[in-house]
Amino acid sequence: MSRNILVSALILGLFGFIGATLVAVTEFGTHDRILENERQALLQQLYEIVPRERVDNDMLAHPLTVSAQEALGQESSLVYVGEKDGQLSAMVFQSTVPDGYSGPIRLLVGVDRNGVLLGTRVIAHKETPGLGDKIEKEKSDWILGFKGKSLTDPKLDRWKVKKDGGDFDQFTGATVTPRAVVNGIRRVLLYFDKQKDALYKEYLEKAKTNP
Amino acid sequence: MSTSYREIVNNGLWTNNQALVALLGLCPLLATSNTAVNGLGLGLATTLVLVLSNTTVSLIRNLVRPEVRLPVFVLVIASFVTAVELSMNAWFHDLYKILGIFIPLIVTNCAIIGRAEAFASKNTVPKAALDGLMMGLGFASVLFTLGATRELIGQGTLFSGAHLMFGEMARSWTIEIANYKGVLLAILPPGAFIGLGSLIAVKNWIDKSRKERARKETAVTDEGEMAAT
Repeated sequence: MSRNILVSALILGLFGFIGATLVAVTEFGTHDRILENERQALLQQLYEIVPRERVDNDMLAHPLTVSAQEALGQESSLVYVGEKDGQLSAMVFQSTVPDGYSGPIRLLVGVDRNGVLLGTRVIAHKETPGLGDKIEKEKSDWILGFKGKSLTDPKLDRWKVKKDGGDFDQFTGATVTPRAVVNGIRRVLLYFDKQKDALYKEYLEKAKTNP
Repeated sequence: MSTSYREIVNNGLWTNNQALVALLGLCPLLATSNTAVNGLGLGLATTLVLVLSNTTVSLIRNLVRPEVRLPVFVLVIASFVTAVELSMNAWFHDLYKILGIFIPLIVTNCAIIGRAEAFASKNTVPKAALDGLMMGLGFASVLFTLGATRELIGQGTLFSGAHLMFGEMARSWTIEIANYKGVLLAILPPGAFIGLGSLIAVKNWIDKSRKERARKETAVTDEGEMAAT
């Protein structure tokens, strides 16, 4: 009897070992490739917002980790800095908008040196298919309309959806989602306006200490 | 008791369809059937895991003692799903980005451990592999049909997002009904339940009318024999 239990336990242990080995070997064989894929995917997203000719540094080399719960929606968010000829040329913010219709919406918001929007993309969301998901570039052109906008165009008190008395379109049947995105982008712009010098200084120090 | 290959195919695709008859794997089924492409994606990934796990379970069926078979099956399935997920992330990154969230859900699909326990652990490797393939295709076709129906009724399109799975050339596959706003209910979770219920009703109706026809035919031959005697 106890012999049977022992054999069963050994078999179970053996399969546990084989399973763990399989996963470990696969992990080992794919780890670098997955990291590289993710890096490429992120680069592609960044370059979709910031035109390649605008930067001459590796934007992924020294990402800043900033803590700005109010403005960027998360305890720590990443900021990518783009330089051209040794000067600040672009910043791309990871922003999480907490008040989407069904959960948070994650955005990338790119701004040039003067606070003009280079572009915005939705990275992840759970909005209603067919209604709120028009914030995706794949589904509609709405998100492209932010390019070229800034805190002076339109004026700050017009940075709302039309339903709230602002300048930005909402979608038929969905107001909550566009409202959340517009407000989220406005918060990023305000944050950039206040913090850009401090952020760029932090970037320069970081780049100097570990080139 | 041995099942013929023909029976395995019939069982998987129709008679014992995991989604319509066994009602297994409802969580991933209902969650990912909002478009035809999503449904097809999860269906194919599930099929792959089913074939792999059925084959492995059948290979080790004489080695594993009955009292520890279930934990061993769970280990096998979980390892395979993780390995498939990692490999897809590494070599089919674009496809992974679409299906990525569905793949861990495959572990929660009771159909897979169900087939391992009910079929693969008692049958030879070729039969177990075929059973996995057919059960998977049966499940995938229900997912695809449900996804296509919900997408069509809910947002008036078909195959939207196909390029995410089949590459750029599939961008033109999307069919759109002009001037149709869509019924939101179909896309929301209740739409999934109503849709699945309707599919089950249709299947039962087909089975019933088939049976009735068969009965009538036998009745006719019976009368014929009676007259002859």
